[in-house]
Amino acid sequence: MSELATQIRPRRRQGEPAHAADIALQPTEPLAAPSADVLLEARNITKSYRRNRLEVPVLRDCSFSARTGEITAIVGQSGSGKSTLLHLLGTLDIPDSGEIYFDGRRIDNLSRRQRDRFRNQKLGMIFQFYHLLPEITAYQNVLLPMMIQAGFWGYLKNRTAFRQRAQQLLQRVGLEHRLHHRPSELSGGEMQRAAIARALIASPQILLADEPTGNLDQQTGKRILDLLNDLNENDGLTIVMVTHDESIAAQCHSAVVLSNGTTRRP
Amino acid sequence: MYRWILCWRYLRTRYIALASVVSVMLGVATLVIVNAVMDGFTAEMQQRMHGILSDVIIESRSAHGLENYRHHVERIRRIVGDDLVGITSLVHVPAMVSIDHRGETITRQINLIGIDVDSYADVSDFSKYLLHPENQQRISFLLKESGYAPARAHFPESGWEYRRKKAAAEKQLRQLREQYEREQQRNAMLREAIDQPPPPTVASETSPESMQFGLEPTTSRGLSLPSLPTALTVNDSGEVESSSEPHSSPVRPVAASSEQQPSPEHSTVDTLTPRVDAVATLASDQARVFDAEFQQHEGVVLGISIASTRYRDAAGQVTDYYYARPGDDVMITFPSAGNSPRAINERFTVVDFYESKMSEYDATFAFVPLEKLQRYRGMSADAVTSIQLRLREGADLDAVRDTLRRAFPLETMVQVSTWRDLQGPLLAAVQMETTILNILLFLIIAVAGFGILATFFMIVIEKTKDIGILKSLGASGPGVASIFLGYGLLLGAFGAGVGAVAGLAFVARINSIADLLEVATGQEVFDPTVYYFDSIPTLVEPMTVVWVVVGAIGIAVLASVLPAMRAARMHPVKALRYE
Ligand SMILES: Nc1ncnc2c1ncn2[C@@H]1O[C@H](COP(=O)(O)OP(=O)(O)OP(=O)(O)O)[C@@H](O)[C@H]1O
Ligand SMILES: [Mg+2]
Repeated sequence: MSELATQIRPRRRQGEPAHAADIALQPTEPLAAPSADVLLEARNITKSYRRNRLEVPVLRDCSFSARTGEITAIVGQSGSGKSTLLHLLGTLDIPDSGEIYFDGRRIDNLSRRQRDRFRNQKLGMIFQFYHLLPEITAYQNVLLPMMIQAGFWGYLKNRTAFRQRAQQLLQRVGLEHRLHHRPSELSGGEMQRAAIARALIASPQILLADEPTGNLDQQTGKRILDLLNDLNENDGLTIVMVTHDESIAAQCHSAVVLSNGTTRRP
Repeated sequence: MYRWILCWRYLRTRYIALASVVSVMLGVATLVIVNAVMDGFTAEMQQRMHGILSDVIIESRSAHGLENYRHHVERIRRIVGDDLVGITSLVHVPAMVSIDHRGETITRQINLIGIDVDSYADVSDFSKYLLHPENQQRISFLLKESGYAPARAHFPESGWEYRRKKAAAEKQLRQLREQYEREQQRNAMLREAIDQPPPPTVASETSPESMQFGLEPTTSRGLSLPSLPTALTVNDSGEVESSSEPHSSPVRPVAASSEQQPSPEHSTVDTLTPRVDAVATLASDQARVFDAEFQQHEGVVLGISIASTRYRDAAGQVTDYYYARPGDDVMITFPSAGNSPRAINERFTVVDFYESKMSEYDATFAFVPLEKLQRYRGMSADAVTSIQLRLREGADLDAVRDTLRRAFPLETMVQVSTWRDLQGPLLAAVQMETTILNILLFLIIAVAGFGILATFFMIVIEKTKDIGILKSLGASGPGVASIFLGYGLLLGAFGAGVGAVAGLAFVARINSIADLLEVATGQEVFDPTVYYFDSIPTLVEPMTVVWVVVGAIGIAVLASVLPAMRAARMHPVKALRYE
């Protein structure tokens, strides 16, 4: 676990052997050849919500892909289904049809437990409303994924390494002076930084961000974006970012527009 | 890990949940207290019953009893072997006691028990419950001079001291009455002489009122005047302690003359030389020779409730009122032995009281010497009605009973039972009461469980977002569920722990708390006129406490299962959308 503590970069370019096996991702279908360096891909997914027997289609035959080492933006109007797509990509929900691939392996049909482990180990997520647990400090919030991953004894055994890494990450996001503050004692920007640190502690391969600046003023939002850019450039972190700000999307490596339930190039 | 941290955090920040375990606390405390008190009562009662009944009882149903009992005793000794610690033989008969009190006769139904003075104490705790300290060492069935119940407040004067005064007073009365009769007679004769013509009819020889005292007006041929017996009744009913004034009053010569009666050795018989032959036992010449001032009848030990009643006086003090006391004579009526029993009336002198504090026994048991009862009943000297055994501590009573049952088949009209068999219904009733109370009180904790359930549901709903966050971070459903299960466990453990400690503290001070409540409310909490205990007996069974605590924690955990399941099933996306 010590290399975990020193190495934030979990990057793995294509060509490297996929070690997805270590989280027991069992492909249920033969590998459908993905595009050369696509890390996360959604193929023809549909998703509809049922409201009083009425089907509300949100995504229709929607495809999406994010390439390794890039920041991919998803833009669209409010209610267009951006969050829904992101949740599907993050295995928080299951599409009605279509497939989702991560690193060439299908992930949408995994068992609940496998999806839990996938989220815990391969994926980082940040949200518009930060979603920190209010009862515990920023530092403990950052440690949460490691606590979930390692279990009681595993955590106790490796807690020095985990703590060191959490401290490093909080330093990295510029929050070293707010370690033991509760979320309620932090500003929005600080909370989002803590959320980013939490998303990164398990050295994920990809970060899914749902309007990370949506709740922040322009300056603070910009600093968060700078941080994400920095993580992408220096640590090669792959990022999928939902935003409704066209100018932010324009700065990303690539962007897709979500409208009428499908994606299109801007 | 996160589970425990969150659990702990929730416990620290959600005081409302603590409020929901207050009822668990109270339930556990009540259960601990109720069990301790019930167990205390049961243990006390069992100890007393056991003390009286000994371990194994062999009873004959036959009218003649168990004949040749020494042979049976030997047989039992052989059969039971080393387990036997004590064995005694008894004669048990239903009987009636009549107590003269203030000119009225009080009758009570009793169990007359003839005991073998030498061996009865080996088997039963009998002597422990007697009032006179010397009788507690060894029962003699002879009236003591005084010194009864040194520990009891307001025990009336008893023993020879009292008996002499009473007898003297009665003698005085009798003489006064005789004198009065003589006066009357003389008056009548004078009147006769004056009026000349003799009366055609003679009044009945004895009036019913005079019968009441067993006083035969010696040569009364005169008119029985209604005013005389009434006066006598009033005199008789006056407390005999106050009869010292007649001693010093005009009739002093009478008392003096009684001392000159030819029984100087009798006056010392009572305490100095306890010679049994000094006791007038022959019913035939009793009426003529018996002098209550110096002689006693055969001794009887009465259960204290037979001759007394407990009440609360005007000042609210618990007081005993005695209809008879050591030194008084009572009449006991019991059936003779044989197939066509007759009622036998025999006078006995109360020599002591028996107070086991088991109201059933205290209100019915009367003890007399075995050989006397055998003789009065016309039984042969080697016939008894029952044999009681005391076994070694830890001996298997049921096994002994079963072997003895094989030795005494039912055809011989003999019944072998253990003390538990005899008191089975009572013990079972107490047991059932305890069980029902436990069930009811556990229902209280179950109600508390529903409180926990509702509170937890609220907390789960409040924590919907957090549950979504945890799931988005990869926490599994069971992992999230275990936060709430652990929460329930901690709360239950806390409530049950505090409840148990509070309950135990309460039990330890239950009597002072009862006193305090009494002072505060003016209501008697523990009424000694109802129970024969002076204080509330308690017994804490550690296993009971453990079970109560485990049960309460179990209920708390069970109550958190549903909310936990709900948390586990919560869809992460829905949870995250929750704002
Ligand atoms: N649980 C649900 N039940 C029914 N309809 C839902 C549910 N969740 C989302 N929807 C609907 O799906 C559509 C897409 O919602 P989604 O949150 O993905 O939009 P969005 O693009 O993220 O919007 P915003 O920019 O405001 O966050 C909305 O019209 C919403 O009403
Ligand atoms: Mg959204």
